[in-house]
Amino acid sequence: MFYREAGDFKTSYEQDSQTFPIKFDRFRYYAVLAIAFLVVPFVINDYWANAILLPFLIYAIAAIGLNILVGYAGQVSLGTGGFMAVGAYACYKFMTMMPEVSMFVHVLLAGGMTAIVCVVFGLPSLRIKGFYLAVATLAAQFFLVWLFNRVPWFYNYSASGQISAPERDVFGILITGPNAPAWATYMFSLIFLTLCALVARNLTRGTIGRSWMAIRDMDIAAEIIGVNPLKAKLTAFAVSGFFIGISGALFFSVYLGAVEVGEAFGITKSFLVLFMVIIGGLGSIFGSFAGAAFLVLLPVVLKVVGVDVLGWPTDIVAHFQLVIVGALIIVFLIVEPHGLAQLWRVAKEKLRLWPFPH
Amino acid sequence: MKDMQDGYTTADGRKIGGVVMEMKNITLRFGGVVAIKDISFDIREGEIRAIIGPNGAGKSSMLNVISGFYVPQEGEVWFHGEPRPQMRPYEVAQQGIARTFQNIALFEGMSVLDNVMTGRLSYMKSGLFSQALWKGKAEAEEVANREVAEKIIDFLEIQHIRKTPVARLPYGLKKRVELARALAAEPKLLLLDEPMAGMNVEEKEDMSRFILDVNDEFGTTIALIEHDMGVVMDLSDRVVVMDYGKKIGDGTPDEVRNNQAVIDAYLGVSSD
Ligand SMILES: Nc1ncnc2c1ncn2[C@@H]1O[C@H](COP(=O)(O)OP(=O)(O)OP(=O)(O)O)[C@@H](O)[C@H]1O
Ligand SMILES: [Mg+2]
Repeated sequence: MFYREAGDFKTSYEQDSQTFPIKFDRFRYYAVLAIAFLVVPFVINDYWANAILLPFLIYAIAAIGLNILVGYAGQVSLGTGGFMAVGAYACYKFMTMMPEVSMFVHVLLAGGMTAIVCVVFGLPSLRIKGFYLAVATLAAQFFLVWLFNRVPWFYNYSASGQISAPERDVFGILITGPNAPAWATYMFSLIFLTLCALVARNLTRGTIGRSWMAIRDMDIAAEIIGVNPLKAKLTAFAVSGFFIGISGALFFSVYLGAVEVGEAFGITKSFLVLFMVIIGGLGSIFGSFAGAAFLVLLPVVLKVVGVDVLGWPTDIVAHFQLVIVGALIIVFLIVEPHGLAQLWRVAKEKLRLWPFPH
Repeated sequence: MKDMQDGYTTADGRKIGGVVMEMKNITLRFGGVVAIKDISFDIREGEIRAIIGPNGAGKSSMLNVISGFYVPQEGEVWFHGEPRPQMRPYEVAQQGIARTFQNIALFEGMSVLDNVMTGRLSYMKSGLFSQALWKGKAEAEEVANREVAEKIIDFLEIQHIRKTPVARLPYGLKKRVELARALAAEPKLLLLDEPMAGMNVEEKEDMSRFILDVNDEFGTTIALIEHDMGVVMDLSDRVVVMDYGKKIGDGTPDEVRNNQAVIDAYLGVSSD
């Protein structure tokens, strides 16, 4: 009986609606936070930062953003790559236009800019849904990539057509550019992920989250019982865009450093983040973490096991990865639309009853 | 018994007030189908008003007109003594009109508690930033509204399933949760579309008791559609009878029961 709810009585509604109502969960949550903030920065090296931790942190932000739109509000989007590009290019423009302003501000502003763009491309959702909305967001994806390729103002007329992050520091510590230390880029991204996750959690457990889910589950009834569909849908696009924009800004500035838009933010990125959300679990913040971790780790693990240990050719391993992801998507969509998060919940339920299964 | 100006007193001694809602010459068409044909009736404060009629008579369509979901081609809806301008369904809800649906329309992916809390949305006004931080107004509002929701949950005796996802509930309980969601809005006018359809006798008795208690304890005005004549006769103060989109009767249960046109409609005789 490690995991228990019994004896954990709530005496007020505040306590009952807190993020981790069960003591054990709360304890584990603080433990994870402590390790992430107090231990990892001291042991991190470049390989861990670049191969695993940075992509995980940054994709987790994007996955939370997309999950709010798809998993909570039930609106389809295939435009994530394009929206991440908005965040990246907005961040780049802010960094070069206002070099004296803190990187924190640039990333937040990039998120705000993406929120606005996302709302504009979300307007069709007031009229259309499902497949047609998917096509509309797909159009946004291609339009945005085209725009950032074609309008030189966005990449400051650089000869290569790429954008590259100038060196910026926070409190004297380099955050961007090739000389930024791994622990600093890690901490910077971790802070944003932590804030985004807290905000997402707060929004989804309260009024606005309920109106998103009401629209998702039954839009007509939702409107008849008092949900303003315009407000619910557009706030979902805005909040989702804010997170995705932050993730795009970080992806460009602290992770890649230099970006060619079609390569970094093409349609494959949209699908990658969507797969994270599906595998992790629609409508779950924890699932967004799980999905991001899974799809970031999968290629690394496959490479270590397949190429380094078993000595298979690299391209076979890469194909193998596609097959695994494809199969998982199908399995999760058919068998468990709530993804890894649901498997985790079921495991916890079992654990709660253990060792007496009935 | 009836005083059309200031209301009336029912057989069991309840005081019924003035007109809350008045439908004036409503006509609703879907292409060639006339779902409602020139119907007028009123609903008075504190009464239980039934709408009955055979399948396809246009009863649900009438509730949808009141909800603002269907816009009638002709006629006016008067609410609190004024013609109601055309408004979206969520604006109608904010004016204090709540309802349940013929085919249960709960939010299946949410818990019972969250479903009931959606009924309180019109009362929750905190902004996005306050909610994002879960501080100040947002938290206070959440707690205050949760208290109301919990009262409704206690009232309908569904405390034990509070945290259960709605999708897992049996039909009868779903109907009750849907009533809870509507009541959470503390409506002035409650619309119930066949609240007892598909229930067994015991569940029907429970539901009837709840409807009477709501009317009695909260003074809520109720308009309900029901096929079970026994239930209608027991619950309602006045009855509108519809057939093929037309109103063929309007009065107390006794008056309606003895109305020849109504008898014919229910026996399948042409009422022309
Ligand atoms: N959205 C719609 N589009 C087209 N026709 C409709 C629509 N809604 C209702 N109707 C038609 O209007 C008529 C009245 O339907 P309504 O659902 O109001 O009947 P009802 O009295 O509630 O019947 P029941 O007892 O079966 O619920 C029917 O002929 C129906 O086919
Ligand atoms: Mg009906």
